[in-house]
Amino acid sequence: MITVDTPVRLPAEWRDFLALTKPRVMTLVVFTGLCGLLAAPRRVDPVIGFTAILCIALGAGAAGALNQWYEADIDAAMKRTAARPLPAGRMERPAALQFGIGVAAFSVILMGLAVNAMAAAILLVSILFYVLIYTVWLKRRTPQNIVIGGAAGAFPPLIGWAAATGDVALLPLLLFALVFLWTPPHFWALALFVKTDYANAGVPMLPVVAGERVTRQQIGLYTLPMAAAAVAPWPLGLTGAIYGWTAVAGTALFAAMAAQVATRRTGDGDAMKPEKRLFSYSILYLFILFGALVADRWYA
Amino acid sequence: MTPDPQHDADELIRARQRSRARVTALILGALVVLFFLITLARIRAGMPK
Repeated sequence: MITVDTPVRLPAEWRDFLALTKPRVMTLVVFTGLCGLLAAPRRVDPVIGFTAILCIALGAGAAGALNQWYEADIDAAMKRTAARPLPAGRMERPAALQFGIGVAAFSVILMGLAVNAMAAAILLVSILFYVLIYTVWLKRRTPQNIVIGGAAGAFPPLIGWAAATGDVALLPLLLFALVFLWTPPHFWALALFVKTDYANAGVPMLPVVAGERVTRQQIGLYTLPMAAAAVAPWPLGLTGAIYGWTAVAGTALFAAMAAQVATRRTGDGDAMKPEKRLFSYSILYLFILFGALVADRWYA
Repeated sequence: MTPDPQHDADELIRARQRSRARVTALILGALVVLFFLITLARIRAGMPK
């Protein structure tokens, strides 16, 4: 019974469960998954295609919920994440765990029953990779956390392709490589301007552990293989000129921004504008490239 | 009139439960429709051309 002296534990709102799924991160996941599906050489029934994308979204949301369940302490220490449902005290941790496991299981089972076993298997691997390899194992232990953990975010185009064809080919593997190699410069650009947040939370992000200079060098270094993976589908004959020219122009701009960040020296109170610009453009870059891939398939 | 904290808290909890129940009902309804459409699509895919 609730008394005046007992703090009232309100049940979490549905909006808090939605927030657990990191809807903004999910946008890019859903988009790259959809592009993988649309770029595949086989047309898929619209209902089955919709179900595949729904399962990718649910799987990503579940992985996000399990990440927030495990990292509630880190989130509480960082300004950027302190308002999330668990650190803000709007939800009990077991509720987040049950929600995450339930939605993850549902997404994999639905993918297996309605779409195909290959897509379900890759979806399961991507969820387990994000939760166990990245969140539990790597994130608190090594500054290379997002390099290896970046693979988790690279799975959606592979899942989309597998949903349409039932197998995996060279093009989706190159898309996987593109997102995998894009993740370090994308996250390290962010880590450069929220360094204090990560340091306060004890997360060994590269700028915290190795310093700003090394991080800038690494952004420059990872941009090179990323550029190669982005452009490669064109000379290999896997895509046409629409994707090819878009990839060349978009990647050249990315490389120019990354080079500026890589060679910059900053002092106290620097506004970090080039780093913020690179971070924002890196998101747009993936949207443009994957959009061009679909346009290339459908209109070339 | 004296405010009753006990009553206010109960009301708030019930409002949250109602809101969650509504969203759950909507999701379940959407899933019923989706499963029906998936069944039709799978039957269509299994039919000879």
